[in-house]
Amino acid sequence: MFEIEGVSKSFGDQTVLHETSVAFEPGKSTVLIGPSGCGKSTLLRILAGLLAPDTGRVLFEGIEMTPGNRIPMRHRIGYVIQDGGLFPHLTSAQNVGLMAKHLQWPADRIRNRIEELAELTRLPRPALDRYPTQISGGQRQRVGIMRALMLDPPVMLLDEPMGALDPLVRYDLQEDLRKIFRTLKKTAITVTHDMGEAGFFGDHVIMLGQGRIVQQGKLEQMILQPANAFVTQFVNAQRFPTLNTPKESS
Amino acid sequence: MSKRSVLRWLCMAWILLGFGSKRIAWAEEREIGIGSKSFTESVILGEVLSHLVRSTGARTEHRAELGGTQILWQALQTGEIDAYVDYTGTIREEILAETIRQGTKIESENDMRSALALKKIVMSERIGFNNTYALGMKRSVAERLSISKISDLRNHPQLELGLSDEFFERKDGWRPLKEKYSLPQTQIKVMDHNLAYRGLEKDSIAVADLYTTDPEIQYYDLVALEDDLGFFPVYYAVVLMRQDLVTRAPQAAEAIMKIQGLISPEVMSGMSAQVRLDRRPETIVAGEFLNKQLNLSLSLPKEGPWANLSKGIQRILSTTGEHLFLVLVSLGLAILTAIPLGIIAAGNETIGQTVLGIVGVIQTLPSMALLVFMMPLFALFDMGIGPAPAIMALFLYSLLPIVRGTYSGLKQIPAAIRESAEVLGLDAKARLKLVELPLALPSILSGVKTAAVINVGTATIGALIGAGGYGSPILTGIRLNDLGLILQGAVPAALMALAVQYGFALLEKRIVSPGLRGT
Repeated sequence: MFEIEGVSKSFGDQTVLHETSVAFEPGKSTVLIGPSGCGKSTLLRILAGLLAPDTGRVLFEGIEMTPGNRIPMRHRIGYVIQDGGLFPHLTSAQNVGLMAKHLQWPADRIRNRIEELAELTRLPRPALDRYPTQISGGQRQRVGIMRALMLDPPVMLLDEPMGALDPLVRYDLQEDLRKIFRTLKKTAITVTHDMGEAGFFGDHVIMLGQGRIVQQGKLEQMILQPANAFVTQFVNAQRFPTLNTPKESS
Repeated sequence: MSKRSVLRWLCMAWILLGFGSKRIAWAEEREIGIGSKSFTESVILGEVLSHLVRSTGARTEHRAELGGTQILWQALQTGEIDAYVDYTGTIREEILAETIRQGTKIESENDMRSALALKKIVMSERIGFNNTYALGMKRSVAERLSISKISDLRNHPQLELGLSDEFFERKDGWRPLKEKYSLPQTQIKVMDHNLAYRGLEKDSIAVADLYTTDPEIQYYDLVALEDDLGFFPVYYAVVLMRQDLVTRAPQAAEAIMKIQGLISPEVMSGMSAQVRLDRRPETIVAGEFLNKQLNLSLSLPKEGPWANLSKGIQRILSTTGEHLFLVLVSLGLAILTAIPLGIIAAGNETIGQTVLGIVGVIQTLPSMALLVFMMPLFALFDMGIGPAPAIMALFLYSLLPIVRGTYSGLKQIPAAIRESAEVLGLDAKARLKLVELPLALPSILSGVKTAAVINVGTATIGALIGAGGYGSPILTGIRLNDLGLILQGAVPAALMALAVQYGFALLEKRIVSPGLRGT
């Protein structure tokens, strides 16, 4: 489905991604995890065609991605970023329907598809006719996901999709997203630095550090059998609240 | 809109403008054009020439109050006017300056005549008066101090002088005069010409610079001191006329030359007094003079409050039309040019800085300089005076705000939004149309609004080259010291600027997405 072969990327004299090859499993959810600057976002942006790799190539459905064929490929790739990346001059429904309208879908087909997606992402109907500044952060994120799903692409790329949300909203949306990926059998590639999210979403987790893949597989393996000290350090750096129950006085 | 279709629109708009002005030029081809400069004497003489031409049955148009010698001279050479009155001193100093620099000796009036003939321009004999600088005093004061010539001033070092700015600075003005006559006066105030007359009247100054045909000389009972050392150059009024008029319209050319020797200094300053002090229209004053002097029977417009009122209303209507034409055409062309320029500038940093630099430099050019620069260019298409060069100048001034509005509107779009549009699979053209331009729209609109407001104000200078508009009553009002007339141009111009502001506020409500206006 989605494959990279020997892809690397440098900015100036700083190499943010060393030569890397990965084949993403179709219909499964892969999570790219690692600390800031590890190269996970760069990798995702290369997959989306926003960055050109210095070496290697990106294959989508077996075909190499080039500037010439990038646009039709993008219609088969959904892309979601933090806070949705919505166009502020368009209502939620116009944001979601923009690409379909440009591709000259009939109006009722667009409307039906938007209804369907609002149902799927549990977006309240009144939010459809509001502008991005008039709805909540969680609703913006749901509209962003609807927009990415509009053309029913087989692949979804998500760059820290929960980054801007408070814990309660995040919890709900994580549930919904996992359900959507599983029922629609999307090939999902999600970037996050949150271990909990990685474990919840990821059929397959790839940990990056300093521009290289340091370990991949199930999250449990990384916790139980860390490949090296870096993985141990990253895993242990996740903090959970310690609960001190007050002693009862007798 | 693709780049190519934008270009096509642009070309069409420019061609239309070209044909439009050309058509106007054709319509006026049969008319005989008379010009005048922007001071009363010149306008009166322009009316005299127009009446003389009209008395032969020919049609004429008086392009009154053009901005200065260079503008009239160019218009004469390109055939947009056929004749106007200038002064021998000016002809030597300004029109033939280049000829003199190239080594031709110009001493007598006949030297001027032959130098001008080479340029296919006829110079008439003197009209009959010399309008030069002089020093003037109140008659009573001059007599009390027994001063009649400039050299008499040497004996009165305590006298205070009030000099106009121009006279104080000119190379044939105060400083060389003081040197030539060894004048001892040190108390000098530089002041407006009109204020200097009042200063003389109230004895706050004793001596002022004058023009020898100023009507105020009679009105305030002043005397012009004799230039006994012959310092001031002579400025005899003469007609400059295109040679080809003699063959094209021989009767009109002959009629124009009837002005030779016709007007004495007293008659000239008497006519100026009627216009400036009694507020009578130039065309009537000139016509009455000709009817009496040459036994013509010219029919003249009526005078009186009703005639003035209807003339005022008519003037406001026609100047509004002319002003709107200047503003709308130049703004329309600027929008069609500047938005694509802004888009290109935002797309490429090097081109962007170059474009912004160039339109920024244009903005700093003084409007008068830009106009004078435009005239010879447009003269190539017989459009040297009139609306075309004014529209071009306004168009150039409008570029900066619109280019900058477009450029910064596009540059302000956050990278995340830009990339979202790209990753969605929209091609560059669709991204521009569906996402980037709508987001930049508030900034573009505010640029267009700025340009429009600047245009409404700047269009008033169009009057200097005969483009009409609210500048015409302002110019005439300044010349005649007539506040009412100045207001007839200034008030509607201010109202139009307000209307533009209001109109853009409405437009913004209609076409800018509510999502960009906040909640």
